[in-house]
Amino acid sequence: MSKIHYREWGIPSPTYWGILIFLGLFIAAAGVSVLYMEHMGHWVTGMTNQIVWGTPHVFAVFLIVAASGALNVASIGSVFGKKVYKPLAPLSGLLAITLLVGGLLVLVLDLGRPDRLIVAMTTYNFKSIFAWNIYLYTGFMVIVATYLFTMMERKANVYTKPMGFLAFVWRLALTTGTGSIFGFLVARQAYDAAVMAPMFIVMSFSFGLAFYILMVMFMYNLDGRPVGDGLLNRLKNLLGVFVAGVLYFTLAYHLTNLYVTENHGVEAFILLNGGVYTTVFWMGEVIIGGLLPLAIIFHPGLSQSRCWIAAACLLVLLGGLSKVFVIIIGGQAFPMSIFPGMTIVEGSVFDAVNGQPFSYAPSLPEVLLGLGGIAMAIAATLVGVRMLKFLPVSLADEAVDPHYSAKP
Amino acid sequence: MSKSKGQTDMDRRTFMGLTVGAAATLVAPGVFLHSIAQAGDREQPVTDKVRWGMLVDTSKCANGCSACVDACKTENGLSNHGRPATDPTWIRKVKVRDNFTGRETNLPLMCQHCEFPPCVDVCPTGASFKRADGIVMVDRHVCIGCRYCMMACPYKARSFIHEDIEIKPTNAPRGKGCVESCNLCVHRLDNGQAMTACAEACAKAGHNALVFGDLKDPNSPVSQALKQLPSRQIRADLQLSTGVRYSGI
Repeated sequence: MSKIHYREWGIPSPTYWGILIFLGLFIAAAGVSVLYMEHMGHWVTGMTNQIVWGTPHVFAVFLIVAASGALNVASIGSVFGKKVYKPLAPLSGLLAITLLVGGLLVLVLDLGRPDRLIVAMTTYNFKSIFAWNIYLYTGFMVIVATYLFTMMERKANVYTKPMGFLAFVWRLALTTGTGSIFGFLVARQAYDAAVMAPMFIVMSFSFGLAFYILMVMFMYNLDGRPVGDGLLNRLKNLLGVFVAGVLYFTLAYHLTNLYVTENHGVEAFILLNGGVYTTVFWMGEVIIGGLLPLAIIFHPGLSQSRCWIAAACLLVLLGGLSKVFVIIIGGQAFPMSIFPGMTIVEGSVFDAVNGQPFSYAPSLPEVLLGLGGIAMAIAATLVGVRMLKFLPVSLADEAVDPHYSAKP
Repeated sequence: MSKSKGQTDMDRRTFMGLTVGAAATLVAPGVFLHSIAQAGDREQPVTDKVRWGMLVDTSKCANGCSACVDACKTENGLSNHGRPATDPTWIRKVKVRDNFTGRETNLPLMCQHCEFPPCVDVCPTGASFKRADGIVMVDRHVCIGCRYCMMACPYKARSFIHEDIEIKPTNAPRGKGCVESCNLCVHRLDNGQAMTACAEACAKAGHNALVFGDLKDPNSPVSQALKQLPSRQIRADLQLSTGVRYSGI
């Protein structure tokens, strides 16, 4: 293994600008959507007084969760001392920041009063998990930016390990915070579960790594730089472990819920008779986001193909969006128990008359806002690697793996 | 250019007259508003010696009657855009059926003014707050419209303002992009009128199902009624110590 050299992303300018313009179209569409939604009011979206968090929140939470997970690769290098991951660390830090920025943009731009962001940044109720999260998010960006500095400035290299450790602990806190937003809503049967916090951590490992692998494959492929089979093999195997971890936590969440009689209603709704939510749970969350990627990743033949590995990553991301969709929107669509032991037989639209779930149909502006967040995260990453030396010139096994030996 | 002495005096008088007139015009509204602001109980800060609350006697809540709901809408200017899913609702009529016995009960459901309100716990900016006298409400200057309180409320008592509001009564300032809910007609209470619009309308309709008053005053109508009737809280298992209690469910 020789010394690692980093260089800016060197694809031809027309290609680079072409990609940015393509992403810019999504970002512009998101901007127009925000102006439209804020000018008209939220009634033009699919969100109502019953489903108060909609598609923008699905994208925002997905991106925020993926952000902390994207840092994992750097943590494995710095905290757990795996040398082969060290060359991958700068991109991991950059992606963590850009994904978080993308997610937060979506979240903030969906507020009823985004113009009052300064209020949110200056007026706190410290009992609120949301308020903690504001500190966790901003702190995360500062810590990861400092961590990146210690990695990229030779004189500061001695601080990389402690900063990496701090960033690792912080990212665990951040995802715990994000999961806890849903973990302690005592009124709602779908949410009142402390297992949400660790489940979100494993989700972040999985989504973040899938995003990371896809970005590496995309950028290296376009720039004609090598990525070693051994390295990719490690990353996809790790992804497999994380995907299995998410499935395990999903199983644990539903089994523990099923043990409690009062939660049988919500479990039946998600697992059996919840219509679109049941479909998305089994098809999106379990099959597309769990079983299929696992089958690809550990299939002796398919797992050797880069196309299949990329497909597995893409499936993990789609499954991730499905999972967050089921948690956020499915959880609200299920009529929470206001009168235990009774059925509401007459009421307003606020009430689940005869146990009917609340309906939600995402609107185009919401979807565009969410896609804009993803586009923003990718665009910021590409600008970052174009401007600064984030990417090792080679990720070939002989360049990065200290234990590499050529196959006989 | 020179002026005679008489002309100068006239100018001075006019000037002084105008000055006094202008000053009076400027100051008078302030004095008037100040006197309004100082009127009634508003001189006194809100204290925890009072806890406002309500008893809903469901045996008197009439099937099909919506007097309380209508009165609330009028009192607080809750405009209806013909879009029920996004129109604001502070109080709603509900009919529940016991799954075991089949007994049906009518009741109004609104913010329960919890002693330990989950909406206040989760609000990131502190816009959702509980006054010393037990009223849970939203500071519309600090609400950022995140809707976390709506996720946390066990009663679905809150509404997000989904669109522009045409009618804005001075007693209930409201605006697009914020969350709101029943505030027990706080403007009435602050002006010394210890009666909510819904309870008043219910009495006027001849039902008297809503008994409002100070839960800490043993002689208040609500305390007296609570002594006589068995009552319970909705979702008592959450131990939120609600200010609105129900009898007959």
